[in-house]
Amino acid sequence: MHRIPHLPIGRRTALLGLTATITLGRTALALASPLTEQRLVVVLLRGALDGLAAVQPYGEPGLADLRAPLTLPEPGHDGGLLDLGGFHGLHPALAGLHSLYRANELAIIHAAAGPYRSRSHFDAQDYLESGTDHRMTSGWLNRAAALLPARPGGAETALSVGTSVGLILRGPAPVGTWLPQGFAQPDPALYRALAALHAPDAITGPALKTGLAERGFTEAVLNGADPPRDKYSFPALALAAGKLLAAAQGPRIAALEIGGWDTHAAQRARLQGTLTTLDRGLLALKEGLAAAWSRTAILVMTEFGRTVRANGTNGTDHGTGSIALLAGGAIQGGRILGTWPGLAPAQLLDNRDLAPTTDLRSLAKTLLASHLKIPAKHLPAIFPASTDTPPMPGLLRP
Amino acid sequence: METRALHALIRFGLGRRGAEPLPAAPQDWLARQLDGPDPDIVMPALSTPEAATTRNGLLALRAQRAQRAAKDPAPQANPVQDLFRATANAAFDTLLTTTTPFRERLAWFWLNHFTVSTRAGQVSALAGAYLREAIRPHVTGRFADMLKAVMQHPALIAYLDNAGSTGPDSPAGKRQNRGLNENLARECLELHTITQAAGYTQTDVTSFATLLTGWSIDLDSDTPGFRFRPATHQPGPKTLLGQRFPEGQQGGLEALDVLATHPATYRNLATKLARHFIADTPPPAAIAAIETTLTRTNGDLKAASLTLIGIDAAWIPLTKLRTPFDYVIAVLRTLDLPPANRPPAINAILGGLGQSLHNAPFPIGWPDTAPDWSAPEAMLRRIDWAYTVASRAKSLDPAATADLALGPLLPPATRAQIVQAGSQRDAITLLLASPEFQRR
Repeated sequence: MHRIPHLPIGRRTALLGLTATITLGRTALALASPLTEQRLVVVLLRGALDGLAAVQPYGEPGLADLRAPLTLPEPGHDGGLLDLGGFHGLHPALAGLHSLYRANELAIIHAAAGPYRSRSHFDAQDYLESGTDHRMTSGWLNRAAALLPARPGGAETALSVGTSVGLILRGPAPVGTWLPQGFAQPDPALYRALAALHAPDAITGPALKTGLAERGFTEAVLNGADPPRDKYSFPALALAAGKLLAAAQGPRIAALEIGGWDTHAAQRARLQGTLTTLDRGLLALKEGLAAAWSRTAILVMTEFGRTVRANGTNGTDHGTGSIALLAGGAIQGGRILGTWPGLAPAQLLDNRDLAPTTDLRSLAKTLLASHLKIPAKHLPAIFPASTDTPPMPGLLRP
Repeated sequence: METRALHALIRFGLGRRGAEPLPAAPQDWLARQLDGPDPDIVMPALSTPEAATTRNGLLALRAQRAQRAAKDPAPQANPVQDLFRATANAAFDTLLTTTTPFRERLAWFWLNHFTVSTRAGQVSALAGAYLREAIRPHVTGRFADMLKAVMQHPALIAYLDNAGSTGPDSPAGKRQNRGLNENLARECLELHTITQAAGYTQTDVTSFATLLTGWSIDLDSDTPGFRFRPATHQPGPKTLLGQRFPEGQQGGLEALDVLATHPATYRNLATKLARHFIADTPPPAAIAAIETTLTRTNGDLKAASLTLIGIDAAWIPLTKLRTPFDYVIAVLRTLDLPPANRPPAINAILGGLGQSLHNAPFPIGWPDTAPDWSAPEAMLRRIDWAYTVASRAKSLDPAATADLALGPLLPPATRAQIVQAGSQRDAITLLLASPEFQRR
C-alpha cells in the first residue's frame, strides 16, 4: 500500500482545469499497473568524466607514472581517497556516494563506455542517447517510456529537468519538462487562448499542451516549498525531481544532466567542484524520493572517458572507458562491477585509453527489463543493433 | 499580399524594429548590407576601458589575477564581470538598433560556428573582443581568413585549452616535462572545418595538435595578446591528412588554409547556412548551391551569402522556430521601447529562456533546430516572459503593433484574438506569444 500524499490545489491548478488530475489520483493509482511503481532516473554527465579520477585504481602499480599530476593520496592519508575495498578508491568529493556504497545502495561499473569509439563529444552523446551505433531522432529512454502504460490524469510518464529535452528523452512518448518559475505569469485564460492558437502547429502545439498539464501537476506537488536561492543548481533540481517522482501521480522516469567534465586543463581543481555538486545532487535526489527511494534505480553515465595519461596541461584529453554508477534502493550495491582491464600499455585501447569492458547499454537493458519490467521482446527496438550486448545480470536487489 | 519585404526582415534580419520602413526591393536591400566594412567595427570609442578589445580583456584578467593573489576578501570591483556586462550591453544595443540586420545575423551565425563560451573562465573577458576582432571583419570575406583569425584569437585559444599545449620535444617540453593538449585541434577538425565526414584519424588529431603547439596567449607583456611561442613549438615538419607542413607558425597557418578550403569544409558550412536560413532539414539543392559557390570562389563568404538569398526556398516564410536569442531580440525590436524603459538585464532573460549570451554548453555551439528549443517548459516560459515584458509596452496599440510586426504573415484567427483580448497587456502578450511570432 503506497502512501498517497495530500496535494494542495493552488488557484492556478484549479483554473487550468487540472483539479481533476489531483482528485482522480486515488482512483488512477488503484488502476495503475504495479510495474509503474518503479522509478528510473538517468543522469547524464555531459563532457566526458575522467572515470580514473572519480574512481581511482590506486592499487594499480603504474598509476603515478601515467598520471602523477592527477592522482590523489591513498585511503587513510590526508586528502586521500575513500576506500572501495582495497584496489579502487572514491574521490573524496564523493563522500555522500561513499556512504551509499557502504549501505549497499551504490554499485560502480568501471571501464564502461557507449557503443562508439572515435572521441567526439557530440557524436558520442548522440549515439549514447540513441542507444545504438548511429544517430536516431529519438532516444532509448523515450522509446522505453512509450511502452509503459499511460495513467489518465497523471503526469507524463517521463520528465526532463531543464528548458530543453535531451535526445535521450525525445521521441514518440510525450515528455514533461520542469524548471523553477522564472517570470511573471498571465491569467490561465490567456494560456488557454494561446494553446488554442498553437494547437495546429506541429511543434509548438503539443509542447504547450503538455506544458500546461505538467505545470498543473508540478505546482500541486511542489506547492508551498520556497525555492532555494540557488534554485537552478543541480542539487536543487535533483531534490525537486525526486519529489515529483515520489508523488503518486508523478512521472516514473526522469532525466537530468550536469556538465563541467571536459577537463583538458587543471583537472584536479575543476573536478573537485563538479564532483561535489554531483554528490550533493544524488543525495538530494534520494531526499526528494523519500519512501520511493526503495523502488528507484539511478543510472549515472557519461559519453566516454578520458586519456589514461595526463596531457601536457595537467588535464586529460578525450578517451574511451569511464565509470558508470548505479544507485538507489533497488540496486544491489556495495560492489564494483565489470572487468578491470588494467593499465599496462598493452592493456590500453590504442595505447591511450582505458579499454572498455562493459557496454553501457547492458546496464540500461537490465534496468528496463528487470526494474521497469518492460518485456524483453521490446529491447531490440529500444536498442537497435545490439543483440551482442545482453543485459548484465545481478544489478538489482532480489 | 506581398510578404517578401517583411520576410526579409524576419528571416534574414532580426525582426522588424517598430515601424521601420519596409525595403522596396528586399533582396537588393539584403545584398547591400554586405557592402563595405561591418558598421560595428568602425565605431569610435575603442580607447575606453570598457571597449571590447583583446587588450582590455587581458588587462581585466590580469587585474583579476592580482586581486586573487592579494586574497582581498571583499574586492570592490570585478574587472572581468564589468567588462562582460559592458560588452554585452553594447552587443544588445547593436542588435536592437542595427539597420544592417542581415549582416548582424551573419556575424552571430559565424560566432556560433566558432563558439566560445563563458563556461570556461577566461572567456567572459574576451568574448566581445572575439566577435569584434575575429568574426566581424571576415563575415563578408574569405572563410580561410576567419578561420585563421579565430585560431589566433586568445578567446578561442583559452576556451579550447591551447595556451599551454607544448610540443613534447620542444625546449620547454623537454625541460618542464609538459606536452600536448589536443582539444583545439580536435574541435577545429570536427566542428569548424572538415567534420568527421572527411574521415580523419586520431593520428591526424595528434599531428594537428603538434602543428598548433606554441599558439598561445601573452597575458603579461606590455602588448598582451596572441603569441606564437617557438620555445613550446614541436620541432620538425608534420603530416596532416597526408600532407606535410613545415615547422613553425607557418606550418599551422598552411594547415588551416588546407582545412579551410577542403571540400568537406564547404559541405559543412553550406549545410549549416542552409539549416539556419532555410529549414531544419534544408533541401539538398539549396545546400549544393551554396557549396558550389564556396568551391568556385575559394570560400568567399559574401558570395555564399548572396547565393543564399537567391534561393527560392529561403523565401518560404516562418519555417524556422526562433531560438530564445532570436525571440528576445525580435520582441524587443518589435516593442522598440525607449532605452530607459528596456528590461534592464536582457542577458538574465536569455538565461531564463535557456540561452545566455556567450554561454553555449559545448564547443558545437547552440543547436539550430526546432526540437532543441521547443520543450514544453521552454515554450511556456516564452509566454511568461512575453507577458512580463508586455507590461513595459503600455503605450502601444496592439493591432497596429501586430500589423507592423507580422503584417500579411498574421493569420486572421490570431489577429482576431489580439483585437478581442481583455486587456492591452493580454493583447500584446497574445501577439508576442503567437505561433507566428515564434517563427522566422
